[in-house]
Amino acid sequence: MGTEEDKQLIIETLKAKKTKTKFYLRDFNKMFPERRPREVSKLVNGMVTEGILEYWSSGSTTMIGLKGAGVQHEAEDREE
Amino acid sequence: MAKRKTPMLDELENGKWPSFVSDIKQEAEAREKTNVDLQIPKEVCDDLLDILELSYKDREGHWKHGGVAGVFGYGGGVIGRYCDQPEQFPAAKDFHTLRVNQPSSYFYKTEYLRQLCELWERRGSGLTNMHGSTGDIILLGTTTPQLEEVFWELTHNLKQDLGGSGSVLRSPNCCIGKARCEFACYDTQQVCRALTMEYQDELHRPAFPYKFKFKFDGCPNGCVASIARADMSVIGTWRDDIRIDQKAVRAYVGGEFKPDAGAHAGRDWGPFDIEKEVIDLCPTHCMAWNGKKLGINNRECNRCMHCINTMPRALRIGENTGASILFGAKAPILEGAQLGTLTIPFMKIEEPYDELKGLIEKVWDWWSEEGRNRERLGELIQRMGLPKFLEVCEVKPDPRMIREPRSNPYIFWKEADVPGGWERDIKDFRKKHQK
Repeated sequence: MGTEEDKQLIIETLKAKKTKTKFYLRDFNKMFPERRPREVSKLVNGMVTEGILEYWSSGSTTMIGLKGAGVQHEAEDREE
Repeated sequence: MAKRKTPMLDELENGKWPSFVSDIKQEAEAREKTNVDLQIPKEVCDDLLDILELSYKDREGHWKHGGVAGVFGYGGGVIGRYCDQPEQFPAAKDFHTLRVNQPSSYFYKTEYLRQLCELWERRGSGLTNMHGSTGDIILLGTTTPQLEEVFWELTHNLKQDLGGSGSVLRSPNCCIGKARCEFACYDTQQVCRALTMEYQDELHRPAFPYKFKFKFDGCPNGCVASIARADMSVIGTWRDDIRIDQKAVRAYVGGEFKPDAGAHAGRDWGPFDIEKEVIDLCPTHCMAWNGKKLGINNRECNRCMHCINTMPRALRIGENTGASILFGAKAPILEGAQLGTLTIPFMKIEEPYDELKGLIEKVWDWWSEEGRNRERLGELIQRMGLPKFLEVCEVKPDPRMIREPRSNPYIFWKEADVPGGWERDIKDFRKKHQK
């Protein structure tokens, strides 16, 4: 599980994106380039459990965003 | 009965094959009369039919793309489906799908199936797919408030977990294996369960660029078609000789035993002809019959299974069994369909499966690092090249990984890989080979 600073970095980075509310896991990896993807996914999944983030799923792909942000039928195939 | 007329859907009830329209109508009628304390609108199936009819009329779908729907702590197992005409079809305005992790090889008690049907009639639409192509039990259509309720009952009363959906490890799937099949080269059910339990986190919490599927075929007959569908296919094989009972071979030739266990007995095919039906059909021509004795050059056998399937009482798989492991199969969403690429020609598949788990984790780490969004493992292997993938798996290239030795340029040798290396003068090369 990540530190408060890690969580804050994620929240601020997501809030700074004005046109996008759903993100691939890879977008989170880019926020922590020195960490292994497995650690980042644990951090992100932990934040979902805490109710800070939420999953969005098309059925085949999962995206993650700030809880309550955007609309439920956000298109998944936007630019990476 | 549907509230509105559905003339286009009704067309789908014509013909002698089963119709999903008839099935939905049957459920709609049953819901009309039932005494069950329904927790979602009674008219859900009627509205579902009407949405579909409208889609046919408009020639476009009326379901929104995905959504935020799930159960607490899980990133998979629920597929959110919302209708884009909620006022017109209030009973089916949210119609979420649940994937339920199937028991290995689909062994059920009728009591369990009754409980599952009762639960889904009460808390869902009553419509199911048994099973979806991914393997799971698919429960089609319920409302958002019912998701946690269904999940609680499934896990507490039916002792069944949700399966995978989205960018997770999908529910591992296996053939019937040693439970009923003499061709099983390893215990598919046991390894399927072991890996399902080991990788619970990967199954329920998205950690990958896209979906990942394990499938376990006990023998090369491939009853779960892992070679065509799974990112990682584990296919049973053997490395010694096919066991031959010469007396039983002669019994097949003499007509005492029916070939293919009588499976093709519907027509008069004439007497069994071992030359025509077995020897000449061997893809590597590694078999011979002299009228008394069957011979097999096992070094050339490519495990097509035809001879064993045709004469199962005479021919049996070898005794030194394990599995071949292939990676990268997928359906054609991007880049076209791909079959799995043989990566591990033989591995013993035995508890506690440490070797298998070690391989899986190396592959996952590489794919998580290098995979693009929505890139399947097979596409990554194609993009980065098989030699890179073999490096990741820490295995050396082997002629068995190459589709066509000497003509398939799948492997590019590095100078360091070849004893003595090589020196090449490009000018000298160009004298003999034009650009």
